[in-house]
Amino acid sequence: MQTKSRIDIIATFLFVCIAILGISSVYSATSEFGVFSLFEGRSGKQMMFLGIAIFIGLIFLLLNSNFFEIFSWPIYGAIMLLLVAVLFVGSDINGARSWIKIGSFSIQPAEFAKYGTAFAISSLLSTIGFSFSKKSDILKLAVVILLPMGLIILQGDTGSALVFSSFILVFYREGLSPLLLVLGISIIAIFVITLIYGSLVFSVAMIVILAVFFAFTYTNKKILIPSILIIILTILLSLSVQFLFDNVLQDHQKKRIQVTLNLIEDNQGAGYNVNQSKIAIGSGGWSGKGFLNGSHTKGDFIPEQATDFIFCTIGEEGGWIVSSSAILLFVLLILRLYHMANRAKKKYKRVFIFSLASILFFHLTINVGMTIGIMPVIGIPLPFISYGGSSILSFTVFMFTALKMDASRDEDLTSEY
Amino acid sequence: MNFRFRSYYIYAAVVIIGLVYILRLLEIQVLDDKYSLIAEKISLRKQTIYPQRGLILDRNKKLMVYNEPVYDLMLSVPIKLHDIDTSEFCRLVEIERTEFDTRLEKAKKTAYHGKSIFMKNVSNVIFARLQERLYEYKGFFFEIRQDRNYKYNSSSHVLGYLGEITRNDLESQEESYYEQGDFMGKNGIEKFYEEYLRGVKGERYFYVDKFGVNKGVYQEGKLDVDPKDGRNLYLSLDIDLQQYGEGLLDNKMGSVVALDPNTGEILALISSPFFDPANFNIQNRSKHYAKALRDPTKPMFNRAVSAPYPPGSTFKPIMALIGLQDGAIYPETHFGCPGYYRLGRRIIKCHGHTFSTSLERSIATSCNTYYCNTFKAMMQSDKYANTEAAYNSWRNYLESFGLGNELGVDVSGEFKGWLKEASFYDRMHGKGSWNYARIISLSFGQGELGMTPIQMANIAAIIANRGHYYTPHVVHHIEGVNEIPEKYRVKHRTMISPNTFDPVIRGMLMVNENGTASGVSIKGINIAGKTGTVQNPHGKNHAAYMAFAPAENPRIAIAVIVEEAGYGATWAAPIANLMIEHYLKPDSVEVSSRTYLETRLREANLIPEKFKQKSVTTPNAN
Repeated sequence: MQTKSRIDIIATFLFVCIAILGISSVYSATSEFGVFSLFEGRSGKQMMFLGIAIFIGLIFLLLNSNFFEIFSWPIYGAIMLLLVAVLFVGSDINGARSWIKIGSFSIQPAEFAKYGTAFAISSLLSTIGFSFSKKSDILKLAVVILLPMGLIILQGDTGSALVFSSFILVFYREGLSPLLLVLGISIIAIFVITLIYGSLVFSVAMIVILAVFFAFTYTNKKILIPSILIIILTILLSLSVQFLFDNVLQDHQKKRIQVTLNLIEDNQGAGYNVNQSKIAIGSGGWSGKGFLNGSHTKGDFIPEQATDFIFCTIGEEGGWIVSSSAILLFVLLILRLYHMANRAKKKYKRVFIFSLASILFFHLTINVGMTIGIMPVIGIPLPFISYGGSSILSFTVFMFTALKMDASRDEDLTSEY
Repeated sequence: MNFRFRSYYIYAAVVIIGLVYILRLLEIQVLDDKYSLIAEKISLRKQTIYPQRGLILDRNKKLMVYNEPVYDLMLSVPIKLHDIDTSEFCRLVEIERTEFDTRLEKAKKTAYHGKSIFMKNVSNVIFARLQERLYEYKGFFFEIRQDRNYKYNSSSHVLGYLGEITRNDLESQEESYYEQGDFMGKNGIEKFYEEYLRGVKGERYFYVDKFGVNKGVYQEGKLDVDPKDGRNLYLSLDIDLQQYGEGLLDNKMGSVVALDPNTGEILALISSPFFDPANFNIQNRSKHYAKALRDPTKPMFNRAVSAPYPPGSTFKPIMALIGLQDGAIYPETHFGCPGYYRLGRRIIKCHGHTFSTSLERSIATSCNTYYCNTFKAMMQSDKYANTEAAYNSWRNYLESFGLGNELGVDVSGEFKGWLKEASFYDRMHGKGSWNYARIISLSFGQGELGMTPIQMANIAAIIANRGHYYTPHVVHHIEGVNEIPEKYRVKHRTMISPNTFDPVIRGMLMVNENGTASGVSIKGINIAGKTGTVQNPHGKNHAAYMAFAPAENPRIAIAVIVEEAGYGATWAAPIANLMIEHYLKPDSVEVSSRTYLETRLREANLIPEKFKQKSVTTPNAN
């Protein structure tokens, strides 16, 4: 059969646009007026990592399309070893032991763990006979995900560990009962409502809802008992959330959550980053202050502004036009990747590309959400944009791997669902 | 089973998140301008560029007051001192570590407009030393303002001084020009002509980082405003004459005011003792202010415009003019004087002179009897229904001489003097139950009558002008302004007609020719004057004198008061006459008699004993 590599032009184009936006943003966020050029400092490093990543990606394009499928578990294993190693030989930066120093560079294995886990999950889910209804399969899946998560939490990097929850979207796509998703969303809703209004108000509200519900359906005894049970469960959950929040969480964690929910204003302490970030973005206006002209960016008011808070620079200097375009670029890229996943003929490839899209979606939601004050501050980077060698390297390689899998889709004969 | 449809829910979630975020961005970036305002407040700084304050020069364009920069060490707010070497910083600015901490605490409490004062009036040396290393101390910066310095230790009461704006002034200003910490004229010329002298402040806008370090110009300087320097002010003072007079008044308490009668310009305005203006500039005031306030000789008190003295016999020419104008006497009127004026059982003493006194002789010899008679004639005149009506008429004449009200001079602290309403005597004696006898001492300038030296000098100018005056003023002209304020260009007429003045002026000339001041007359200058010895219930008499010269074409009118000195002829008249000569003949060869007179006056210490022991300042030390 005639095989032809066809790189997806749209995804590549979107990736290139985002990468260019990333380098210019890092340059703006880190340069002082005329102090160093684009090719020096952090923006220079960023370009170097991007170059290395693209180089690796290009090699991937030349590989046999079955390479990854065959080496899925070794790649996963190697990265798990790195995660273990970092606990012993890693260096502490910002209270987290997440970096391994190699010469003058540090790598952050947690950034690569998503990539490795995507391989393992793709492999696991595409195993013949895999089913979400089999307990052994669920167990395997849990181990594959919880192992890197646990290791990353041990490093003290909760934010990066949370990223693994984006795999739930993949499982849902592949047949996991939506109840789990609904349950997850409900728990979050209960959590938020309890923190805002307190468990007492929540409980009263639930009982009122139950009473109204009962008034309309009292003839249907079948629904009644389970609904009462559900209401009691939610009330219990709400009470335990309150208890958890009041007695278990540490102060800084509580504050971060409270600031995000607008329950307290703490612009000098826990809310400082978000407040400064909102000010920077908010002051951008329609068209921004101009490239390299962001006074808040230049004034160094936002901590981590080249890494986790890079979106501030885009918002301040590019205004609404550029920042909403950036979001649009991401949305289009994510949708395109989902589309590429769905057109894959092999389940392995579909799961893998779907994983990348879901991880990007999670990062975008959390990262941009926290800079505009609608998500709690969770320190994860904006893919392809935030400064950081490991992040750039892993996401770009991830991207190229996905592109390669998509490009070789015609080699695959079967179409599995 | 095909779960492909589930992807569409996820697509929808992606689109919804994207939309929500884009709308949220629209809200905070476009719809809500709160964040732009906060961002500017945080990172935009305005630096005030202070203009050069206008210089002050005398009528001969001699520089009197100029500017000297003062450096305030400021802190950028929010104060985040980062990695600074505090002990090295303390060494550079010459303070102890504890002082550093207290200053820092204070600075944190007193921040405004994104900055706070760490240390005021830093010396030139510290400024130079710290300026070149300031980059090491992020958050610190200097603000340069203009303080005053002075060429002469002179004229302090006229010049006034600058001070930091008070909260009251800040709140009551109409055009919101001043900001907290600004300097403004607080007194004297500096206050009266503040608007011209101050210029217009400039502004520079720039960005700062979180340490307050300048990160570049805002919008290429679009909002920047260049400062406009203040206008130079030329005073009518003659600094030579002023200093000469100050020398003569050395170690005396008193005052001299000299005017140009043709214009009302003040040529010299002296209140002794005075203070060195340099001690009262921004940098030095705190060291000297309290001491000056404690000084019993009151160097801060501007006697020239604030202190009312009974005019004593210097009032007689005025009484003569009113009597003539009102028809109480005629130029030919003689009164007999036995050496006293009898008022029932009371006797008012007079000086030894010939029995029959003409108007001219009454001025030359300062005859009390003549004026008691004149006053009586006026108060009892048939023209008036009663004494009260006559008194009111007399009072109106005096008001037209500028008495009883402020003249409106541009010198701080002006007092209106004492000139009682008839109702005052009603209250004292009962309505309708007082007559001339009760108030007869007013006729020779005693009693409830008080003139400030500037009012007295103005009266000398009125007589010199034969009936009119211009409000005395110290401004000569303002650079770039065509005219001085209108009130100084208006001719005020008295109620005395010009031809009434001749006999009075003849009498005043006789004062120097063969009258009370003949001993201190100046050869070659026709000085019309009148001496006065003012009774002082608290001590020795005050010496008073008013004069103008040359009589044929008056160019200077002068009044002198020396407190608790004795005879006007002995202490006040020579000072005035010497100053007249100094002004009219600045190049005259020194004659021995004059040198003797000058020396006698300069060396005399007439500060009353009661003040000498307590006096802590030697005002004219340098």
